[in-house]
Amino acid sequence: MTTRTAGGPKGETLTDELKRGLDAPICLTWELTYACNLACVHCLSSSGRRDPNELSTAEVFGLIDQFAAMQVFYVNIGGGEPMIRPDFYDLIDHATSSGVGVKFSTNGSRIDASGARRLAAMDYTDIQISIDGADAATNDAVRGEGSFATATAAMDHLAEAGFGPFKISVVMTRQNIPQLDAFEALANRYGAELRLTRLRPAGRGADSWHELHPQPAQQVDLYNWLIERPHVLTGDSFFHLNALGDQNLPGLNLCGAGRVVCLIDPVGDVYACPFVLHDEFKAGSVRDPGGFAAVWRTSDLFRSLREPQSAGACASCGQFDACQGGCMAAKFFTGLPLDGPDPECVTGHGEAALAGVSAGARPEPTLNHSKPSPVAFITKPRR
Amino acid sequence: MACAVSTEPPGAAQSHPARRPQTSPVLAERLRLHPRVALRPEPFGALAYHYGNRRLNFLRSPDLVRLVDDLGNHPTVEAALVACDIDPSRWPSFTRALASLAASDFLETVEP
Repeated sequence: MTTRTAGGPKGETLTDELKRGLDAPICLTWELTYACNLACVHCLSSSGRRDPNELSTAEVFGLIDQFAAMQVFYVNIGGGEPMIRPDFYDLIDHATSSGVGVKFSTNGSRIDASGARRLAAMDYTDIQISIDGADAATNDAVRGEGSFATATAAMDHLAEAGFGPFKISVVMTRQNIPQLDAFEALANRYGAELRLTRLRPAGRGADSWHELHPQPAQQVDLYNWLIERPHVLTGDSFFHLNALGDQNLPGLNLCGAGRVVCLIDPVGDVYACPFVLHDEFKAGSVRDPGGFAAVWRTSDLFRSLREPQSAGACASCGQFDACQGGCMAAKFFTGLPLDGPDPECVTGHGEAALAGVSAGARPEPTLNHSKPSPVAFITKPRR
Repeated sequence: MACAVSTEPPGAAQSHPARRPQTSPVLAERLRLHPRVALRPEPFGALAYHYGNRRLNFLRSPDLVRLVDDLGNHPTVEAALVACDIDPSRWPSFTRALASLAASDFLETVEP
């Protein structure tokens, strides 16, 4: 998202205004299904099996009509693997013809040559292909055997179909931060845009986070790399790194949860952001009377998130203006208080705080659609 | 939300040149909202979204929103400022905002 501002009263920053919330979200993530053919070890939504209570096609169409009435300019569609839904193309068509743009994330498994041609012919559809390594070994350790080949085959099909600049979306991990230049080269080879986002300890990521999250020196590398490349997309997810230098990374530099961001899950439950699929952050359901608009505008949870938040233990830190205390979801799922440092606080306060988290203090997940087979980070040595 | 026709007599703005501290070349241009831009009212003004270049823009003043929405109905930016009853002391900040919106294609020039 590229953002600019025009006008504005003196003394009041845009961030101040956005913290009080908007009439409709800027960035709405909509997970269409919990079904997925992959079983990534860091899946935020613990996806795998379809939920029997998934929104029907009629409900999905009705929800798109609500988005259009609220002037939600675009939705970020994900899952699970959203293309698994049999009505996937129908709902994309309905959204784009209603003035609701679609950006969707996929593992690429459903993009063959004819699928790519169909997508290339669509107006206002952006595609993000997810990979988590610049080579098969690094990627497949997180996303499963063969998933790198599947993703790159989809990229080949999109390129052959003349789709134009799709996005390559990567979650930054300890294992792939050394590959930043390789990701850039891969994107350049396809004429694609690179999108890097932060690993969150949510969903199955709560179990793999300790093995995957970047180390402090890598956070510095990542910050410096991004500062030199303001065109690389980040979904504003690295504002906790802003305390590493004088310059802020491009973006709004705030936690948008319930203020400018929210998530709708496959059964229509509305959460404060894509990284907090947990009952504590559930604001309501699009199936409630009043639909999505009522949840967004009047739910108790979202109203409270739009109140001034306490900096808590971070209030005395000189870096608070830069990092804003970091990510609510990262704190919550690692058992840290929400008004304290982020677990990956660049001044090191997070490590100290994590050391003080007692066993069993981490919240139990309230959702899990994982397939019965165990999901584990592959640690076998590379050739 | 088109601006009401100014209740001031024609030429009123020009009759107080001292209140206009500086002039911008934007004043003489004929601009309008790009047809692929949508405005969504918000408490601070409006969010503008360009379906073509996928950019988002924050219009942080209700008066600026009124003006942007009404630009296409006037032969020049200056005429639109007058019609929207924007005090000439605020024109410099408005012309700066319009120039920035034009630079990111949110506004387009209407050919004579």
